[in-house]
Amino acid sequence: MTPGEPLIRWDWIGSHIGEIAFRVGEHLELTVIAIVVGLVIAGGLTFVGLRVPRLYPPISWFSGTLYTIPSLALFSVLVPYTGLTLLTAEIGLVSYTLLILIRNIAAGIHSVPVEVRDAARGMGYTPRQILVRIELPLALGVIFAGIRVATITTIGLVTVTALIGQGGLGYFILLGIQLFFSTPLIIGALGSVALAVVADGALVLIQRTLTPWTRVR
Amino acid sequence: MPRCHAGAMAERRGATVELREVTRRYGDTVAVDHLSLTIPAGRICVLIGPSGCGKTTSLRMVNRLIEPTSGEILIDGQNILKEDPTQLRRRIGYVIQQVGLFPHQTIGENVATVPKLLGWPEQRIRARVDELLSLIGFDPARMRDRYPSQLSGGERQRVGVARALAAEPPLMLMDEPFGAVDPIVRERLQNEFLQLHNTLAITVIFVTHDIDEAIKLGDRVAIMRSGKLVQYAPPGELLARPADDFVAQFVGSDRGLKRLSLLTVGGVELDPADPSRLDGAPVLKPSTTLRDALAAMLSSEAQVGVVKDGDRYLGVLTLSTIGKMLRSGTDG
Repeated sequence: MTPGEPLIRWDWIGSHIGEIAFRVGEHLELTVIAIVVGLVIAGGLTFVGLRVPRLYPPISWFSGTLYTIPSLALFSVLVPYTGLTLLTAEIGLVSYTLLILIRNIAAGIHSVPVEVRDAARGMGYTPRQILVRIELPLALGVIFAGIRVATITTIGLVTVTALIGQGGLGYFILLGIQLFFSTPLIIGALGSVALAVVADGALVLIQRTLTPWTRVR
Repeated sequence: MPRCHAGAMAERRGATVELREVTRRYGDTVAVDHLSLTIPAGRICVLIGPSGCGKTTSLRMVNRLIEPTSGEILIDGQNILKEDPTQLRRRIGYVIQQVGLFPHQTIGENVATVPKLLGWPEQRIRARVDELLSLIGFDPARMRDRYPSQLSGGERQRVGVARALAAEPPLMLMDEPFGAVDPIVRERLQNEFLQLHNTLAITVIFVTHDIDEAIKLGDRVAIMRSGKLVQYAPPGELLARPADDFVAQFVGSDRGLKRLSLLTVGGVELDPADPSRLDGAPVLKPSTTLRDALAAMLSSEAQVGVVKDGDRYLGVLTLSTIGKMLRSGTDG
């Protein structure tokens, strides 16, 4: 940084409020798309894995392998095929949610007590009704734990997608590095952290509303 | 299904259940071996035996949670193996030891399970839920919206029974329903269940490993061993005339004493002695069991009991009368 320059120039922030809000919006959008698409794919894969237990290990292995690929490397591999697009960003982001979401959906459904499932079957629930009315609601707590981790991870990762021109708070981090200017760098980093904290809190609230039975005595 | 009023319930009849040569194999092991058993409508049939004797497997074949390898099961003459299992289960009550209430549903929603599956109108479901909660001694307004985690073990088990009864099934399957609660609560639940059964008169198949529970609740007791039926008889006969050494051992060497709990003071011949000389003797009612009478007499100085129906003096019960009752059972 330039000597003598303050770490944060408040006037810069003041004059860029509109753009900061816009980037926060982009950041959220990228995150929400990744989590929603991730949930759909993870839900489908887990469903297959629970129906055909033989397939669960390869599904788990596949999602685990995706998770280990460094994000920068993944994006540079994808760009020649899908370009500097939202699709490229989301392929990467969704890939990283799968491991956590698949494991938590499976763990949530496995956590349903045997006697609850037995009672449901014995009273005439169809397998589909057991899944929708018994297993999924009871798995919600564990699934939400997964969604929270996936969301925080994704919010962090979205900063990287600025490299392929997808905006978000990572834009400010890149700007700070290019201009040798600490204010946007700090805005980008702190903004991303703050967003993660707020999103996590919001998810806790949603979970509590959806699972009222966990709040009684 | 007819709308159920408290008055109409007593008239409702249970279903007759018949198992014909029912066998269930797991690979080379035979869990249930050519089991044939008829349970008359409205009676409680207790399946009992040591662990692994096939009692739970037999029970679970009746609502097809387990499919028989061979044999036939008939409910009111209809072969249930030709029915859709899901539809079948909706008209059979099912209660298990761990209850299996749905933790994410309120007590009211839990009880409404089968009526909802059957598509009853909302109004009728609500009325039925309140009726059942009252039946098991709950205040519907206070309990309806609670969650299972807010209930004690005994309360949960009651809700489990109410849930099983919700759609007025003619048959109820109970797998060690009172096995997980403490002895005091268990006895209360058993008594409540007997009372409930008197009102409903539905057929019950009840699995237990507790011989005292079997004797207390069963109209008939089926003793099983290694997948086979060893003896199927009313409890009194089981105690008086065990079919073989296994049954004798299973019902216990105190089976004579156990029999006394099935007989009442009103059912024996009394000695018309003059009661004025019997100060200090315990006063017994005709409805007192011989077991309780014996206990009261042994702990008093007089060693006899004065039997009174209200204020009316009926006679004197002596130890030798009780002894005679015991011996008469074992001889014949």
